[in-house]
Amino acid sequence: MQLSTKHLLGIRDLQPDDIQLILDTATQFKEVLQRPIKKVPTLRDVTIVNLFYENSTRTRISFELAEKRLSADTINFTASGSSAAKGETLLDTVNNILSMKVDMVVMRHSASGAPHFLAKHIPAAIVNAGDGINEHPTQALLDAFSIRETLGTLAGKKIAIIGDIMHSRVALSNIWLLKKMGAEVTLAGPPTLIPVHIREAFDVRVEYNLRKALEWCDVANVLRIQLERQNQPLFSSLREYSLAYGVNKRLLDSLNKEIVIMHPGPINRGVEIDSDAADSKQSIILHQVENGVAVRMAVLYLLAGGTTKP
Amino acid sequence: MKIILNEQQLAITIQRLTHQLLENHLDLENTVLIGIQPRGIYFSDRIVQQLRSLVAPEAIHYGKLDITFYRDDVRTGLHELNKTEIPFSIENKNVILIDDVLWTGRTIRAALDALLDFGRPAKVELCVLIDRRFSRQLPIQADYVGRPIDSMITQKVMVYWTEKHGKDEVALL
Repeated sequence: MQLSTKHLLGIRDLQPDDIQLILDTATQFKEVLQRPIKKVPTLRDVTIVNLFYENSTRTRISFELAEKRLSADTINFTASGSSAAKGETLLDTVNNILSMKVDMVVMRHSASGAPHFLAKHIPAAIVNAGDGINEHPTQALLDAFSIRETLGTLAGKKIAIIGDIMHSRVALSNIWLLKKMGAEVTLAGPPTLIPVHIREAFDVRVEYNLRKALEWCDVANVLRIQLERQNQPLFSSLREYSLAYGVNKRLLDSLNKEIVIMHPGPINRGVEIDSDAADSKQSIILHQVENGVAVRMAVLYLLAGGTTKP
Repeated sequence: MKIILNEQQLAITIQRLTHQLLENHLDLENTVLIGIQPRGIYFSDRIVQQLRSLVAPEAIHYGKLDITFYRDDVRTGLHELNKTEIPFSIENKNVILIDDVLWTGRTIRAALDALLDFGRPAKVELCVLIDRRFSRQLPIQADYVGRPIDSMITQKVMVYWTEKHGKDEVALL
């Protein structure tokens, strides 16, 4: 029982067996989180640094909570207020932290490939918590865990990923994972936000009409419009985007079935999704957040296990 | 290979242990049984099955405990996870831990730690089918023993159950 990789850099590098193992392990950790004492001593000899070069609420809190529930020691690093502002390079910062005997690095960076670069140069295990527009593997894993929990399985299920596919690392990780686990994927959004050759690259469907995508799917994963990553206008206004691609209750009620609504957060209410849809019975958005802790505990546990040579 | 308990002996031993448990915990009032995953479960299932014919089934509180997250060797290798199922409170209860083989005592050490995260029991006892004496690495002893045996560290005790292996037998390899 072991993952095939030493780091979690992306879903791209995982085998279907690895994904299965992480999801099954997370199920056991979810049970731990229901206990009177929601903590196990498993990683009490492991020190983990949370290295966040980019803003984050959910992911950082979720990782920190997962580490604490596993009894690991944690250090938090945020780029603002650190020596990174004085011009220290990423590798220097990390090597300095590691010389203080740190075992694992959880890392978010605005540059795609930053954790892959680190993995080549340092001995510690690395967990990618989001790199640029590349991957956000733990988000895809917790999305998969939530879908599996709600629908029983991933294989054969129809998942629509809606919105800013172009700039979304969540979308890319989700596509890798869902295709590896045998689900069907449709990407929906305005043509300017969907990469040109993605249909052939991943064997996914592309749909420019929101209603058609919703009518097709079992689960709709609605993504945030990432204005901070768009350096040229890709649609005329947020209001127009919302009219054409915003998910709302009226639209959901007009479908002939009840689909599951997901969103990785943070939500721009009134843009990609309206409050009446985000807070409806069909939405599992807060379950996703809850499951995030269990999934991250599973990832940290599986990467830390079997790391000392006897 | 030496057979320690054959099918008939195993059945009698389980019967005896069940009666011993009842002797000390009459009617099972304030007593809960917890089998240790994964292999202790087959043994605890049999004991619970016997108990059902002796006391009212609703008096039996039976749970299962997985100790993987409490092991002291996580960093040297990962172990298969199993389900923990304790659908009742153990606060102020008499807990009987049930496992098949007591050897180094490390599993029971982990089980005690795990148990305390579910509450503060009044008392914890240990019931094992096979006690490999003289090989303990921790100061842990069982209260109910099916069969004590003397064995060398290189030997292995194999417990076979019909549900899993097609036969009831305990052997020393």
